[in-house]
Amino acid sequence: MSSHAYDPAATVRSYLLVFGALMVFTALTVAAAFVNMGALNNVIAISIAFTKAALVVAIFMHARGSENLIFFCIFGGLFFLALMFYFPLIDLLSRGLLGIPGK
Amino acid sequence: MSDGVSTGAVNRLQPHFATPAQQYETATFGMWVFLVTEIMFFGGLFTAYLMYRIQYADAFAHASEHLNITLGCFNTVVLIGSSLTMALAVHSARMNKSKSIVFWIALTMILGSIFLGVKGYEYHHKWVEGLFPANWFFQAPDAPRQRIFFSLYFAMTGLHATHMIIGMGIMIYISIQALRGAYTSSWYTPVEVMGLYWHFVDLVWIFLFPLLYLIGLH
Repeated sequence: MSSHAYDPAATVRSYLLVFGALMVFTALTVAAAFVNMGALNNVIAISIAFTKAALVVAIFMHARGSENLIFFCIFGGLFFLALMFYFPLIDLLSRGLLGIPGK
Repeated sequence: MSDGVSTGAVNRLQPHFATPAQQYETATFGMWVFLVTEIMFFGGLFTAYLMYRIQYADAFAHASEHLNITLGCFNTVVLIGSSLTMALAVHSARMNKSKSIVFWIALTMILGSIFLGVKGYEYHHKWVEGLFPANWFFQAPDAPRQRIFFSLYFAMTGLHATHMIIGMGIMIYISIQALRGAYTSSWYTPVEVMGLYWHFVDLVWIFLFPLLYLIGLH
């Protein structure tokens, strides 16, 4: 935890602000889903979800101001999650590239 | 903790830690490591979702139309609200207010129960409509592909709901301990760790909601 003094009023204010921002982003993601933008729909939905997740992690979960070890842990987790997506995707997206049945 | 010299924290200090602050950081770090294993746990289902969504994008969009967007939005607001009340419960612990901890935890549990109730209603509705992936799954040309969507829907939301039920069990325990005055502003590690767990549950839903409910609207 951070070593500087705890400010109760500022903490509660930041929680309420984050809650408000999460509500706005939820409305945005629903509104964006009604507009057909092709593949861009997915990009927008995932970008908003990551923004919301970052707000929750930083403020509600107190990652902001915590020691570097916590960030190492979070980004380590995201890295291995990306690896888990990456390797099956290599297979799936490269099927049929060589024009040889089964390759 | 910043005030490493207060008596409450010193009393709680285990012999293998140098300071209460080090003990606190070790506990929260341990919780984060656990949450990473949880990310990988849910990540397997998200990987399955990604692979099938790429192959059967149209069937997934059609299947998603069977989900109730209004209930999905309602539950998103309820769960994010429960994250706010949980953050305020941890804040109360930090401010040395045991009664407020119990109040905010109770409010979090009420919101969690509303979420689970709506989820149960949705499950029942899907069951009646024949959308549960079993022998009586509805018949349509792309039904086998839509069935994959609903298998993932039930697996992902089911695992998510299981986490919520476990979280509410933890909340009951923490409330009882808080009423007994176990937590003070110098030692409230269990409250903080419970908060991390609940916010993680919220994080999973932040991704489930657009991926399950919002892909068939346009």
